[in-house]
Parts: sequence; structure tokens; C-alpha cells
Amino acid sequence: MLPVPKSTKQETILIKGQNQFVKFLNSKKVVPYIFVLPFILSFLILSLYPSIQAIIMSFQSVLPGQVTFIGTDNYSRIFNPTFFKALSNTTIYVILTVSILVAFPIIIAVLLDSKIVRFKTFFRSSLFVPALTSTIVAGMVFRLLFGESDSAAANQFLNWIGLESVEWRYNAWSGMFLMVLLCSWRWMGVNILYFLAALQNIPKETYEAADIDGATAFQKFRYVTLPFLKPVTIFVTTISIIAGFRMFEESFVYWPAGSPGNIGLTVVGYLYQQGIQQNDMGFGAAIGVVLMLIIFVISFIQLILTGAFKRGDE
Amino acid sequence: MERKNSKSLKWITNISFFVIAFITLFPILSLLLSSFRPSTELMRKGISLTLDPSTLNLDNYTYIFTQAADYWTWYGNSLAISAITIILSLFFSSMVGYALALYDFKGKNLFFTLVLFILMVPFEILMLPLFQLMIKMQLINTYAAVVIPAIVAPVAVFFFRQYCLGLPKELMDAARIDGSTEYGIFFKIMLPLMTPSLAAMAILQGLHSWNNFLWPLIVLRSNDMFTLPIGLATLLTPYGNNYDVLIAGSVMTIVPIIILFIFFQRYFVAGLTVGGVKG
Repeated sequence: MLPVPKSTKQETILIKGQNQFVKFLNSKKVVPYIFVLPFILSFLILSLYPSIQAIIMSFQSVLPGQVTFIGTDNYSRIFNPTFFKALSNTTIYVILTVSILVAFPIIIAVLLDSKIVRFKTFFRSSLFVPALTSTIVAGMVFRLLFGESDSAAANQFLNWIGLESVEWRYNAWSGMFLMVLLCSWRWMGVNILYFLAALQNIPKETYEAADIDGATAFQKFRYVTLPFLKPVTIFVTTISIIAGFRMFEESFVYWPAGSPGNIGLTVVGYLYQQGIQQNDMGFGAAIGVVLMLIIFVISFIQLILTGAFKRGDE
Repeated sequence: MERKNSKSLKWITNISFFVIAFITLFPILSLLLSSFRPSTELMRKGISLTLDPSTLNLDNYTYIFTQAADYWTWYGNSLAISAITIILSLFFSSMVGYALALYDFKGKNLFFTLVLFILMVPFEILMLPLFQLMIKMQLINTYAAVVIPAIVAPVAVFFFRQYCLGLPKELMDAARIDGSTEYGIFFKIMLPLMTPSLAAMAILQGLHSWNNFLWPLIVLRSNDMFTLPIGLATLLTPYGNNYDVLIAGSVMTIVPIIILFIFFQRYFVAGLTVGGVKG
């Protein structure tokens, strides 16, 4: 047996140790955890912690360097006319945008999928383009098209068909119209694509069977197409409702310094105004928690209504 | 009789589609045209349906390319923030989605459920505590503050997972027999196979951070750190004197995106309709 020089021995141990560590890092048991580590960290730091912190803050008065527990004061303060105005604006906005962004895309997608319409690719692309713009830029253009003066496009059109000019950004109804229009304009094309994708999954035989039974075009739409579109409709409705309750920019771009009589105030707008601009973070957090509850309750009701909890998927 | 009817119906449908497409593109086309008109008058009178060709000129563009240093700072910020967001979020999200799809390990289902759960939680609710966190970490008014919340995007994780479920697992086993490490398998074999999904997510993340508004509005404080949407929004005041920058600047904010869209339509569509992926 040859005596092993001391230094080499040490080196071998070191290398061995290193090897084991590398092996450990490379074992199939450990690797997946290393891969999901970024998610775990981001979940803990950027989702879980802020959620808990939001709930804690909503029971506090948060002033710079002075945080005090104030119980449910923030929540009792929420039930004020301004918040209800924001909530009713947001709710109306959600109802309008969801109806528009479900009904029209279905009809347009069905027609685009049929043999009737030509230049399909062109139409599909042009309806999609608005989704590429930022709400700020698009909103600025809408402001110019719906300007107050008689020479702005919308008023020119109204005058042309014999109606009076409208001060678009200064009436409750027209303010709502502007916000709904901006949102619908931007998302119409995306929703059309969702429905188009779903339409392509309907087996052709179903239509052939309906043809043999002598179904009319409308009957085919009502009894074949619509039932097949149910899952995607539920999906589109859900994301549109959530996006609607989160709305902020569509209002900000028309009234960056606040709207007259709060005609454009939304729940998130109120959160921004109170939490950031007034620096009342505790109150802002409480608004956030209420918003979260509203979204949860609505999603839950929707899941029950659409039968997502029934056993057996359609 | 019936045939005649259906033929006219066809005409009506096709014509109404042209009308719809025209109405949809009208705001963008009118912005393009208006950018060649005197901007102060434009802001006062709005965009008209009538156009006097003799008023068209290049002044707005001359101004923005020669005088508007601020605008180019914002442009640089937007480019940098979008690029950093794309690189980091693609790197991390693809790793997570890949592991969730192709490895079996304890807690896998829990992690996936959490991803879906975060997808449902509106960012606005976490916004104030995150803002506080950024203040504590002294990141206010930095790129980091804007980028950090977007690093691991649940949408992207979900998308990559769905995509990876369709990749052949046998490739991984073959590579293991050849002596590749698990990381080598991911970076050298599987990641290249994920290219289409990476392109779709690059577009989704890029577009999102290019157009993102509320969060950057909160954490970016000084003019030299603003992104394009924030900077342009500061010009939207009734007393502004920078309308030339606003109009021409808006055009140059959306035109590059539209050009990219023309070339990479497929990936835009895949990226923006993520939820349509079957689960």
C-alpha cells in the first residue's frame, strides 16, 4: 500500500464532497424544487405577504412613522356616498362591458367562421389591432374624437344627422359611454379570437347531422353552436367581470384630475385616490379588501349559476 | 327565390364587416393623419371628420426628433423595462412551468393550484402593501420596483406548463442515459423546443409592460424615470404646451408594435389568448 500524501487526501475529500453536493443538486428529487423556487419565493414575498399585509393594514391607520390599530374604523368609513358612487359606476361598467364583449364577439366569430364572409384574415387582424394600443394612447385619441367642440368628429356626426352637440366628458351617461366604448374597442378582437378558437373545435359531423334533420341556420346556431360555446363563454365572462372591477385607466385617461361629480370614479380609482394620493393607506387597503370580497362573491355566484360545481364536465 | 335572398344576405354581411373593420381602425388611422396637423389647434378643436390637406405638415415630428429630449428618455425607460421584464419573466416562468409539467414531486399540485389562485387575485389589492415594501427596500423610482412584481408571471407559468405537457418526456430520459444533467436537459434540449411558447409569452409580457400604467405610475416619481404611458399622460392637461410631443409621440408608441404584429401575428394571437389553452 502506498502512503497517500496528506494534501492529495484532503483534495479527494473536497472533490468528493463537491461531487456529492453536485449530485444532490442534480438528483431528480431536488431539481424540480430548484426549478419552482422562483415561484415559491415570489409567491411568499409578492403575493402571500402583501395579501396578509393588506388585511392587517385595513385595520390600521397608516401614517408615516406612526401605525395604530383602529379596529373596523376604515370599514365603517367605506360606506360613504363617494364609495357607493364608485361602486355603482363600476357595476354599471361591468354589466355593459360584459354584455357587449360577449354578445358581439359571438356573432362576429360565428360569421367569420362561416362561409359567408370573405377576407377573413384581414377582418380578424384589423379587429385585433386595438388590443395592441395602450389605454392611455387610445383614450387620448378618443378624447379628441369625442371633443367638446362642434368640430370634433363625434359632434360633427351628431350635427350632421340633426342632433345637438354633446359635452362628452361632462355628462354621466356620456362619460360612461366613453369608458365602455374605449374598453369594448380594445378587447373586442381578443374575445372574437377566443370564440373563433372554440368554434373550430366543434365537430363538423354535428352540423351534418343537423342538416340531415333539416335544421335552419338559426336552429343550428341555437342548438349546436351555442351549447358548444358554453365553456368559452363562461371563461370570457369571468375574465371580463374581473377586468371590469379592476378598471382604472379607462377612467384616468378621460379625467386625470378627477371627474366632475365623480361620474367616472371607479373602485380602483377611489383606492388610488385615497391610498396613494391622500396617502391614507389603511383606508385604501380596506377598499382593496372590499373589492376582493366583491370579486370572490361574484365569481362564486357565477360558478354556481353556470354549473361549474356540478359533477361531470360537459 | 331563396338563393337570391341568401346572396343579398351575403352582400350585406360582407359590407357590414367592412364597416366594422373601418370603425375599428378609424381611431388609429385618424391619429396617424392628425399627427401631421398643427397640434395645439388639434387639442382645442378635436379630430374632425373633415381634413384640410393644406394644413398637413411634419412640424410635430421635426419637434419631437429635435427638441423633445424627455420623450426619448421615456422611450428608453420603456424599452429597458420591457426588455428586462421579458428576459427575467421568461427565464423564471419557463423554469417553473416546465417543472410543473414534466416532473413528479411532492407539492406539485399545490403549487399549480397556487398559480391558478394568484391568477384570480387582482393586482390592485396587493398594490398598497407592495408599494410599502418598495419604500422599505428603497426601490422607489427605480426600474427594479417596476419589474419585480412581474418576474414570475402566473399567466406565463400556466401557459408554459400547458405547452410542456405536450413535449415528449422520452427525450429527457434519452438525454439522462447520455449523461446530461437535469439542467442541461432543460437548457439544451427542452428550452429550444419551447421556442414558440417563449415567443408568445415574450409578446404578452412585452406588450403588458410596454402599456402598463397603474403600478409604474405609483412607483416612478421623477420625469427622467417615467415610461411612455406615464410620460404621455402628464401631457394630457388642458394647459399643456407639449401637444406636438403627445400626438407624434403616441404614434411612435403604437406604430412599432403594429409593425411587430404584422410580422409575428401568430405569436401575438397565442400570447394574448392564453386562457384559451385547454387545461
